Amino acid sequence: MKSGKPRRLDAEATRSLRKEFLEHVKELPDGEKVMECIQCGTCSATCPSASRMDYSPRAIVAALRAGDLEHVLESDSVWLCASCYGCTVRCPAGIPFTDMMYELKRLAMARGLLPRARQASVMAGTFAETVNRLGRNNEVALIRKYYLRTNPFAAMGQMGFALRMMKRGRLELSSHRIKGIEGLVKMLSTVEQEGAK
Amino acid sequence: MRRYGYFPGCSLMVTNRAYSISATRVARELGVELAEVSDWNCCGATAYLALSEAKAFVMSARNLALAEAEGHDTLVAACSGCYVVLRKTGKYLDEKPAVRSRVTKALAAGDMTYNRTVKVRHLLDVLVNDCGEEGVRARVKKPLEGLKVAAYYGCQVGRPFGEADDPEFPVTMDRLMGWLGATTVDFPVRAACCGGLTMTTEPDLGMEMTGRILRVARERGADCIATACPLCQINLEAYQDKIGRKLGTDLRMPVVYFTQLMGRAFGLSSQEVMAQDSLTDVSAVLA
Ligand code: SF4
Ligand code: SF4
Ligand code: SF4
Ligand code: SF4
Repeated sequence: MKSGKPRRLDAEATRSLRKEFLEHVKELPDGEKVMECIQCGTCSATCPSASRMDYSPRAIVAALRAGDLEHVLESDSVWLCASCYGCTVRCPAGIPFTDMMYELKRLAMARGLLPRARQASVMAGTFAETVNRLGRNNEVALIRKYYLRTNPFAAMGQMGFALRMMKRGRLELSSHRIKGIEGLVKMLSTVEQEGAK
Repeated sequence: MRRYGYFPGCSLMVTNRAYSISATRVARELGVELAEVSDWNCCGATAYLALSEAKAFVMSARNLALAEAEGHDTLVAACSGCYVVLRKTGKYLDEKPAVRSRVTKALAAGDMTYNRTVKVRHLLDVLVNDCGEEGVRARVKKPLEGLKVAAYYGCQVGRPFGEADDPEFPVTMDRLMGWLGATTVDFPVRAACCGGLTMTTEPDLGMEMTGRILRVARERGADCIATACPLCQINLEAYQDKIGRKLGTDLRMPVVYFTQLMGRAFGLSSQEVMAQDSLTDVSAVLA
């Protein structure tokens, strides 16, 4: 996981970014419909996070068509998406915008373009590490590592919560590793070797 | 006994075991066996999806393959996050040959195959629609008379394809509560997003979203909120005091799983429906 200040992209990198994004979007069911956006703003009106985004969902589609994705990726907009599928359900043009947000998150991480809300990417990376090791997620391990990497002091604020959970026996203190973990790791590395996103 | 493949999902193992235990129990009362698929792995969920879509699909596909190998044609997910990811994987495998061949190859590396015969469904959908009004009413021993429930579906039950219920205005749980003898309050935020993981990554945003749901439930005079997803449940039950302090208003409200209410109406004890695990004061609701 790369960290640090956002990196700027040069012109060449910008072109390849847009090309890669469009290629991936075409792989999504209904992905090609992105060019049919009528800029109605329904997605932005629906989005519970839009008020905090520099680039609202509608603006992100516009920026994409104008070939200007780098500003979007350097802002924290995509990290504020809670994946509620509201935009996807309501878009009159049938554009699967939630899936596009996922694609943008992946591009931002792959390029180390870490925006202000880098926490979300740390969370995703921490989650994946745990799962690669066990085949399952362990919430205690996840949260502990996550706070160590982002803000150890914030973990103190969670102490009350942890204690209440502990009292009820709801903290998962040991980790369960699935039997088929070797097979799963082989499957995942096969995907990796193919370079698929 | 009707039998379904069951995918509990990681967060139901310990943290939210109350949901899984009550669900398995009430299903049995209804003549439904939720047979846990053996050696399932994490579905790949929201966070993994953000790193690598191809890997998330492989993780979900392994679970579908396990269910298929055990002879199930349906895989029931209790967590809405798992439900959406498992379902989406099935859809991509059907519709996108490129995804299908990549996933097939990956599964083969672990000596597995998947022939796309498994349908993914949400627990709420199965218990309500397959057991039906008569089946459920026949089991009710102690109707939940006088109980006013805010039926909260969260954002994913009907989304994104609207197969299990209406994506904008789901009604399944409201109907169920009626069969149990309870009433549901008018609850316009029934399908609003609680903020999900933003509670951890963007707390201000998460608290605003979850706070609104709690506030509306109180304003509408609900005795409790019923949920159908462990993530919705945690956000709504664990941060009430914190959000209340931030917004300067009392947001306390019992939050329970819909399966716990079913269990109580079926005459199970409050221990049997795991009331003791609640972070909110559920004594008046599950007593
Ligand atoms: S709702 Fe759809 S058509 Fe309307 S602006 Fe958003 S993406 Fe474009
Ligand atoms: S899926 Fe993301 S972008 Fe779409 S409405 Fe929900 S939060 Fe906004
Ligand atoms: S989405 Fe969450 S609960 Fe479901 S399998 Fe993955 S980590 Fe577990
Ligand atoms: S309401 Fe929240 S926890 Fe529930 S499904 Fe939506 S984002 Fe996930």
